[in-house]
Amino acid sequence: MGKWFKSGSPWIWMTSGAVSVCLIAVLGLLLLIAWRGLSYFWPADIYQWEMKSQQGERYTLIGEVYDKEEVPTERLIAAGHKFESEVGENITRYLVKTGNREFVGLDFRWILATDIISRSKPNDIAVIERSKNGDFYGYPVAIIEDGKRSTSQNIEADFESHIDRAVELNDQALDLQKGVIGSINYELENLRLKSRRYELDNALTDTRKAEIDAARAKLNAEYQVVEKEFFALKTAAGRDAVVIRDMRGEEVTLKLDSILDVTYANRLGVMGKIGHWFIGVGKFVSDDPREANTEGGVFPAIFGTVFMVMLMAVIVTPFGVIAAIYLHEYAKKGPVTKMIRIAVINLAGVPSIVYGVFGLGFFVYMFGGTLDQLFYPEALPAPTFGSPGVIWSALTLAILTLPVVIVSTEEGLSRIPSSVRQGSLALGATKAETLWRIIIPMASPAIMTGLILAVARAAGEVAPLMLVGVVKLAPTLPIDMNFPFVHLERKFMHLGFHIYDVGFQSPNVEAARPLVYATSFLLVSVIVALNLTAIGVRNHLREKYRSLEH
Amino acid sequence: METQVTQPGPAAKNLLINNGSSRRAIKDKAAQIGVTVGGTMVFVALLLIFFYLLYVVKPIFDSAEVAPVVSAEFHDSQPALMVGSDEQNEIMYRVSQLGKVDFYDTHTSQLLRSEQINTPAGTHVVSSSAAMPSEQRFALGLNNGQVIIAGVEFGVTYPNDKRLITPRIRFANGNEALTVDPLGRALDRLVFDYSSDKMSFVYQTDDKIWHLSRQEGEENMMTEEVEWVAYNSIIPDSPVNVQQQLMTPDQRQLILSSDNKLFIYDIRDAEAVQLSQVLSLARANAKVTNVTLLAGASSLLVSYDTGLVQQYFQVNGEQGRQYQEIRSFEVEGDIASVASEFYRKSFVTITETGKLSLLYTTSERELFSENFQLNNPGTLGFSPRSNALVVEADGKLNLFSVSNTHPEVSWSAMWEKVWYEGYPEPKYVWQSTSGSDDFEAKLSLMPLAFGTMKAALYAMLFATPLAIAGAVYTAYFMSPKVRAIVKPTIEIMEALPTVILGFLAGLWLAPLIEDNLPGILTLLVLLPISILSTAFAWHKLPATWKLRLPETYQELMLLPVIIFIGWFSFAISPTLELALFDGDTRMFITNELGITFDQRNALVVGIAMGFAVIPTIFSIAEDAVFSVPRHLSNGSLALGATTWQTLTRVVLLTASPGIFSAVMMGLGRAVGETMIVLMATGNTAIMEWSVFEGMRTLAANIAVEMPESAIGSSHYRVLFLAAFVLFIFTFFFNTIAEVVRQRLRERYSSL
Repeated sequence: MGKWFKSGSPWIWMTSGAVSVCLIAVLGLLLLIAWRGLSYFWPADIYQWEMKSQQGERYTLIGEVYDKEEVPTERLIAAGHKFESEVGENITRYLVKTGNREFVGLDFRWILATDIISRSKPNDIAVIERSKNGDFYGYPVAIIEDGKRSTSQNIEADFESHIDRAVELNDQALDLQKGVIGSINYELENLRLKSRRYELDNALTDTRKAEIDAARAKLNAEYQVVEKEFFALKTAAGRDAVVIRDMRGEEVTLKLDSILDVTYANRLGVMGKIGHWFIGVGKFVSDDPREANTEGGVFPAIFGTVFMVMLMAVIVTPFGVIAAIYLHEYAKKGPVTKMIRIAVINLAGVPSIVYGVFGLGFFVYMFGGTLDQLFYPEALPAPTFGSPGVIWSALTLAILTLPVVIVSTEEGLSRIPSSVRQGSLALGATKAETLWRIIIPMASPAIMTGLILAVARAAGEVAPLMLVGVVKLAPTLPIDMNFPFVHLERKFMHLGFHIYDVGFQSPNVEAARPLVYATSFLLVSVIVALNLTAIGVRNHLREKYRSLEH
Repeated sequence: METQVTQPGPAAKNLLINNGSSRRAIKDKAAQIGVTVGGTMVFVALLLIFFYLLYVVKPIFDSAEVAPVVSAEFHDSQPALMVGSDEQNEIMYRVSQLGKVDFYDTHTSQLLRSEQINTPAGTHVVSSSAAMPSEQRFALGLNNGQVIIAGVEFGVTYPNDKRLITPRIRFANGNEALTVDPLGRALDRLVFDYSSDKMSFVYQTDDKIWHLSRQEGEENMMTEEVEWVAYNSIIPDSPVNVQQQLMTPDQRQLILSSDNKLFIYDIRDAEAVQLSQVLSLARANAKVTNVTLLAGASSLLVSYDTGLVQQYFQVNGEQGRQYQEIRSFEVEGDIASVASEFYRKSFVTITETGKLSLLYTTSERELFSENFQLNNPGTLGFSPRSNALVVEADGKLNLFSVSNTHPEVSWSAMWEKVWYEGYPEPKYVWQSTSGSDDFEAKLSLMPLAFGTMKAALYAMLFATPLAIAGAVYTAYFMSPKVRAIVKPTIEIMEALPTVILGFLAGLWLAPLIEDNLPGILTLLVLLPISILSTAFAWHKLPATWKLRLPETYQELMLLPVIIFIGWFSFAISPTLELALFDGDTRMFITNELGITFDQRNALVVGIAMGFAVIPTIFSIAEDAVFSVPRHLSNGSLALGATTWQTLTRVVLLTASPGIFSAVMMGLGRAVGETMIVLMATGNTAIMEWSVFEGMRTLAANIAVEMPESAIGSSHYRVLFLAAFVLFIFTFFFNTIAEVVRQRLRERYSSL
């Protein structure tokens, strides 16, 4: 044994153990996120429990099992629980999501296995997805159409067709609100700013005033018409209601305009569930968030992230590439270049929050504030560009990722054998021509790599964005149908910030947690995919030049 | 080859031009200039970050500016009771001790208005007293035992869109004298304070006895009229020779200054006045010249004729709250007068020779000092916005402009212990905002720097051994095939958004650790033991078995073992908890061991941030070990050393600068990490090393407070300073790491 220790072999095993721990951590982390994130969309079985409370009362619970844990019996007894019969050392405890938030107060509750009398899985339980107050579980009893209760035989088909109708009407109303009404409001605001602008320039003549007033009157008239239409749609959507028997055994009337969907989860087979899973994923990536971001989809956050990152890529690529070309092709080799290079590499290690502080002070307050005074005095004191916005976020992240692009591009440039450059120069091409026709095309995969890495880094950064433009809920996207279509000064939503906000600032963390896992999974998969692509491109590139060198 | 590619000679250039290609030459030149300008601009932009941060931070260290603006001659032989100005510094006022109020226009330096406060027929003013500067109020004590309370007020109107400020005198009691002494004795040495439902007057009668008269107003429920009830009492144990008398605005304390002693009375209960403390102010060869209340009225400023100013405030001790000497300031010369600002803790002193000094208490800064040659200085008064100062001297009222934006920030206030009012001892405190108005921001960066270091330290403790050991194994022992998979897998974690790590740490890991503390401990112990025993078992395994499993897959062989141990530790955790810690480890730690336990603590941060740092360290260290020239290790092996000996004595030694650089890089990353700390700690600015308590780091603090701080405020600039500190810190460590790495690369290439 002593000899074995002396040989050093155990220590080698220990280092091997360290690698294994790292590997398990990485893979475990990814698996954890993937599992929790993806299982969120899986339609869970809905159970009905017959329960007996500590006081001996009987009651019914309907819901899905959210979590399960073993609790030592002693701790429960210490907490004042009484058990009639002998119950083992540990007792299973279930976390049940009961939904029906407006009727039961707590939509999550822990139940003890010993309190359960029986458990069943009735096929008729409907899971009703609503736009307010979360899910509802219960048995549909009747449909109330236009105030009249109809108890047809085929209530389920009836229910579904009525939901479809309400959803359709609601969608129309929403389109109207976001489209026509939104643009009328936008134009009204523009008119106000225009007249204010004339006022500031002392150029508000009577003709101009009359013009503006006329335009305003026209818009207001249009608005009256559309508003009427909107309310008509809303009323039509709210025409019907459904009567549902909930777990307390009471019949509850739910208006159909707040119901989005109904499923009979217990009836679904595996294929049905898979279908539902895909529909869930689709809704998640395409819907707007509801109920303070704890329900619904993350579409605005995806859109905001992608838009901001694309904007950043447009800014960072030319600057990064030019800087790298300057460093590698034009700058004289010497201590200064070396220092610059070290400084650039170091900037990649500067904490992102520092860039955020810089962005807030320099871009938002100084640069944006000056822009406002020069070009948007009519809106002051309300800031236009002088407050955090998507353009400032993109600029801040562009500076943050500049070193990544520079380093990667330079690496690509240095891999191009000098014989290629010399050949081109020897054939009479100028340096610019060599660069443009030979060097940059050859270095383009390296530039791509840098860009992808930059995008991956930018997509995951949250801390600087919290200072320069991200918000928990943006009422409008940075791109819409109102002139000039792209609104760079607007605030935006971001997947990373969404995770932070929903996970830590939302009122109902328990309900929101699965959604956070799903969002995390989305973000992680995008970033890991981007990184793998970058690694692939880089490896491919290395192989290519290795063959060139020989 | 070399000779063939020399720059094109003159002939070639001609060739270009003769070809009609001057456009090409111009294009070439343009590209060169374009790229050079563009490239330089990028680096200038990066430098800009540094200078912009510095530019925002700099004003907090600037000293104040005080400059004379105007002086107006006054014609009043009576000494002044108080002087001051309006908010816009357009009108100065001077109140004489006999109740004559003069207003002077600061543009023309002419007398604007003069008013004498009328006393009832047959009475005259015996004494007068001014309240706190922020109240701009004074009282006149009459010979018939009555008091007139009046204040200076400025009305602002905008006729013709131009601001017009009208000074006026406002009477507290509808211009009626208020009877204070029931026997109608003259009120000598009056001191008072006044609030809407309570008035207190302290005065001396001819028989040298001090009296307190308290009037308390109670609103009548029926008539909604305020009825005043008077209480009169005698101040016991009063000194004979009183130089100065003060009352705190909350009407709880009376302070009499007598021969280098302060007599402090508790006057909360008007009918049970008692002497609560006698404070000796005696200093060798120094005489007390003045006692003033600092803004907020919790501190006393005592000035001496030697130029010494002492700050006292009440500190909770064994005998209750007692005044105690806190800090002192030195001004050269005999201090004639002291005045404090309305709201901040700045004060100004003037010496007999006319030297003005502006000081701040908690930051212990002398913000300004200059001799303006003002003879016979009298009373001083700040303007309400603290941007001007009125000095009475030589028969003139002098208005000085004051620019004093960040007095509360100083090196000592940020990095040393500061004794704040209401605290039992000097402390490092970060508390930037609060609900109340007269709150003093406490901007010590120490707790934040401490938190940053603590978080980084725990993260490094967790990450360094794992990452370096892993790197060594991957680079030195692993087969190329496995390495090609393992390395990118671990490196991919570097790209994982920290917000996800933070979220998992806060919402998944923190409760998990809290519930399974014994399991974590078991894991720590069992993990090395299990690895060693697996290794020993492998060592003892018959050779025929070994052949079936190639040794290069050792790393994969340990995976199931570690997973099993991990599962086992958590599975056994509740049983252990029941057996060792009475079923609740958290309670055990709090009650039995007396350690505070936060759910989101340094342990969670250490693990989560450790994971964020591992790939950084791993990647660089692995590169360093891997690029150690093979012939070095081969030589060592050939000379008979074992692989382990070769590794520790040859390979690691050669690669040590690279590993050092890796650790530096990791430290840089851990120091600046924001989201993980923000989400996985409680973000309380405490200074405890305990692994079960949280912390607040510089970076998280910026993320939390920056969006709410007002542009240009001291708080805003201090947050920029925090960012600047982070910037410099990480830049410094990264530069060291990078320089070491480049040196190493050069050395390898020469080997």
